[in-house]
Amino acid sequence: MTPSDTPTDDRRDPAPLLELAGFSKSFAGFKALDGVRLTLRHGEVHALLGENGAGKSTLIKCMTGVVHRDAGTLRLDGALIAPRSAAEATQAGLATVYQEVNLAPNLSVAQNLFLGRQPTRFGLVREGEMRRRAAAVLAGFDLNIDVAAPLESYSVAVQHIVAIARAVDQSARVLILDEPTASLDAHEVEILFAVMRKLKARGIGIVFVTHFLDQVYAICDRITVLRNGRLAGSATTAELPRLDLVKMMLGRELAHATAERALAAASGEAAGGREAAFAAFEGYGKAGYVAPFDLALRPGHVVGLAGLLGSGRTETTRLVFGAATADTGTAIVDGAKVALASPAEALHLGFGYCPEERKTEGIVAELTVRENIVLALQAKRGALKPLSRREQDEIAARFIRLLDIRPPDPERPIGLLSGGNQQKALLARWLATQPRLLILDEPTRGIDVGAHAEIIALIRRLCTEGMALLVVSSELEEIVTYADEVIVLRDRHHVARLTGEAITVPGILAAIAADAPAGEQAA
Amino acid sequence: MNATSRLLPVAATTAVFLIGFLICSLTFPNFASLRVVMNLFTDNAFLGIVAVGMTFVIISGGIDLSVGSVIGFSTVFLAIAIERWGVPPLAAFALILVISALFGAAMGAAIEYFELPPFIVTLAGMFLARGASFLMSTESIPITADLYSHLAEQALRLPGGARLTVPAMVMILVVAGGMVLLHLTRFGANVYALGGSRVSTALMGVNVTRTTVLIYTLSSALAGLSGIVFSLYTSSGYSLSAVGVELDAIAAVVIGGTLLSGGYGFVFGTFVGVLIQGLIQTYISFDGSLSSWWAKIATGLLLFAFIGFQQVTLGLARRSRRHATGGAHA
Repeated sequence: MTPSDTPTDDRRDPAPLLELAGFSKSFAGFKALDGVRLTLRHGEVHALLGENGAGKSTLIKCMTGVVHRDAGTLRLDGALIAPRSAAEATQAGLATVYQEVNLAPNLSVAQNLFLGRQPTRFGLVREGEMRRRAAAVLAGFDLNIDVAAPLESYSVAVQHIVAIARAVDQSARVLILDEPTASLDAHEVEILFAVMRKLKARGIGIVFVTHFLDQVYAICDRITVLRNGRLAGSATTAELPRLDLVKMMLGRELAHATAERALAAASGEAAGGREAAFAAFEGYGKAGYVAPFDLALRPGHVVGLAGLLGSGRTETTRLVFGAATADTGTAIVDGAKVALASPAEALHLGFGYCPEERKTEGIVAELTVRENIVLALQAKRGALKPLSRREQDEIAARFIRLLDIRPPDPERPIGLLSGGNQQKALLARWLATQPRLLILDEPTRGIDVGAHAEIIALIRRLCTEGMALLVVSSELEEIVTYADEVIVLRDRHHVARLTGEAITVPGILAAIAADAPAGEQAA
Repeated sequence: MNATSRLLPVAATTAVFLIGFLICSLTFPNFASLRVVMNLFTDNAFLGIVAVGMTFVIISGGIDLSVGSVIGFSTVFLAIAIERWGVPPLAAFALILVISALFGAAMGAAIEYFELPPFIVTLAGMFLARGASFLMSTESIPITADLYSHLAEQALRLPGGARLTVPAMVMILVVAGGMVLLHLTRFGANVYALGGSRVSTALMGVNVTRTTVLIYTLSSALAGLSGIVFSLYTSSGYSLSAVGVELDAIAAVVIGGTLLSGGYGFVFGTFVGVLIQGLIQTYISFDGSLSSWWAKIATGLLLFAFIGFQQVTLGLARRSRRHATGGAHA
C-alpha cells in the first residue's frame, strides 16, 4: 500500500519513454485541454487523475489519434509520432485498453489475440499454430486457459488480461489502461495488478486512469492530475500525500493544519436521533454498487453526500429512490419496513428525485414549463385522474411565483430557459407532489453563480418547512452552508459521518483523502 | 457458449433433416433414393447459393433483402444480352457477375459511409433491382443459346439413374468455398468479429469498412451467380422470377442455426436449412393432394421452433457460464 514498494522509480531516467507537450484541444470554443504535458518513463505506472470533465478521456483520445488535437507534440523514445487512428497508434507502440473490454466476445481467445494478424499458410489461418502461440503469450501472464474457448466464457478480469496481452503482443511499449478496474472485484484487481507489475518489469510504461485512490497508492509510481483541462500538478506518489492529491483534484488550497484538526473532529461520531426519522436505512447496500450503509432522514433535516466522482454518491441516491434495488439491509419508512423495488413505490411513499443529468433524465425540453411542472404530480395521481387545465395553470403559476422562474411564462418550452431556471422548474415539479423527502443530485451543477445562491436559499427554506432532504454535491462550500449532516463516500463506501461543528470544507476534504481501512478494495 | 453448445443448433438442424427424410421414406416407398437427393440438390441450387452469401451477411450482423431481386434482374439481363444483343453466354455470365458484385459493393459502401441500417439500404436495393428488371422487360424471354441446352444435358451420372447436374455442382462448390472462406481465413474471422462487436472490431484495428463492403459484394455476386443457375434451370429470363427468395434464404440461414443478431453460425447449417425447405416441397409434390402453400406454413412453424430452440440453448449456455467463471484463472 505504501509508495515505497515501487523500486523501479527511476526518477532521473535521462530518456523518457513517452513525452507529451503542449496538448490543447477545443470543442466549439470550450477548452477541453489547455497546454497539458505528461512524461512517462520506462517501466513506470503513471496515474492520470481528475474529476469528471477534467480532460482525461480527451487527453487519451488525442494521444492515440482518435481525436485530432489542436496543438501539441508526442514523442516516443525521442522520436515524434502522430498516429491518426487507434490502429496507427497501436502500430506505433501505443495501445489502449478500455473499461469495456474491446474484443469480440463470440470469437475464441486465440482469435481475439491474433485477429487481423493470424498466422496463415496459402491464405488459410493455421488454427493449431495460432492456438499454440496464444497459449504461450498467455502463459507469460500466468494465465493457463483453453484458448479455443470463446472469450465470453471467461470472467471480465480474464478478458481484460487477454485485451492487455493482445496490446502488449503487438509490440506495445506504452499501455494506456482507461479505468480497467471499474468492473472488477478486489481479487480480480489483484490479478490485474500482478499483470501490471510484470509489464513494468519488462520496461513497458503504463498510463493508468482510475477513480480509486487506494489503487493509485497501491501500484502507481507517479501521478499527473488534470483539472478543467489544465495540468493541476504532477509528482511521484511518494511526494504526494493523499490530502494534497485530493486538493489538487478538487482545486482547493487549504492549510494543512486545519484539515488535520477537522479530520480528528470528524472521526468523533456525534449527535443524531433527536427527532424520529421519517425514513431510515439500515445496512442498506447492493453488492458491487454501494457497500451497506446506515442512513436516517428526518423532517427538516438536510443530509449532504460528499465524495469524489465514482465514490458511490449517485448510487446511494438511486438505492434510496428504488431506481436500483438493494440486496442487503432494510428500509423503514414511518416505522414500517418497506420494499423499495421501484421508483413508483418511492413516489408513493412521498419521495421525490431530481437527477444529476438534467438534460437527459430530468426535463422534457419540447414541453412547456407548465407541462414539465405538472408531470410528476400527474404521474402520481395516475392517468385516470387527469389534472384539469385550470388546476395545471394554478400550480404552474404558484411555483413560477414562488421560485421566481424567469421568464414567468408557463407556456414557453422549457428547453429555451437558462440552466438555473430549468433546475428551478424541475424542483417545482417535485415540490408540486408535496414530497416528504426530496433527493437532489448536484442541484447547482451547470448553472450560473447567481442561481446557485437562489437554489441554496430554496433548499434551506424547504428544510424549515419540514421536508427531509438528501443532497449530493461536489460544491463543498455549498454543502457546509445547508447540511445538518454530511456523509463522506470513498470507493463506494460510506466512510465518515460529520455533524454539527465538524462540517467544514477541510473536514470533508480530509475524510475524502483519509487513508482509512474502509477502502479494502485493493488491500 | 462453449464449443459444443455452439455446434448444438447445427446438430439439431441436421437431426431434423434426417428425421424428416426418414418420415418421407416411410411414407413414400421410392423416396429413399440417391435420385431424390440429387433432385433436391438441383431444385434448390439457386437458393443454396444465395443462402451462403446471406450467412456471411447475417453473421456480420447485417441483412440483405436485395438478393431475390438481383436474381430476377440477372435472369432478365442474361436473356436480353444473349437473345437480343447477341452477347456470347459465357461473356454474359462474366458481365452479370461483375454488375451484381458492383451493386453489392455500392450497397455496402452506402451502409458504411452514410451509416445507414443495412435493412433500409438493401430494401432500396431490392426495389431498384426489381424495377430495373421490369424496365428491361416485363415478359418472360426464353433463352435458346446452344450453351444452355448443352449445360442442361451435362450431368455426372450416378448409380440408380441419379444425375448430379451443373446447378447442383455449382451449389456444392459454393457451399464448400463458403465454408473455407468463413471458417478458415482472416476475412472469415473478421466477419464473426463484426457480428460480435462492431465497435471493438474497429478498435482492434480491423478495416471495418473494407470488410463490410466485401461482405455485401460477396452476397450480391452470389445472387448474380444464383441468377445464372436460375436461368439455366428455367432456360428463360423473367422479371418476376425469384420474388421473395431473400426471405427463403433468411429462413434457411436461421433454421441452419445462425443467430439473426449476428456473431454465430455455420455455412453447413445453412446448407442443411436449404435442404429442409426443399424436403418439405418434395414431400408435398410426392403427396400430390396437398396445396403447395403448406410448404410456407411448415417453414414458418420450423422457424418458430428453431428460434425458440436457440433462445433456450443460449439461456442454458449463459447459466452454465455463470457457474463456470471465477475458476478460470490458474
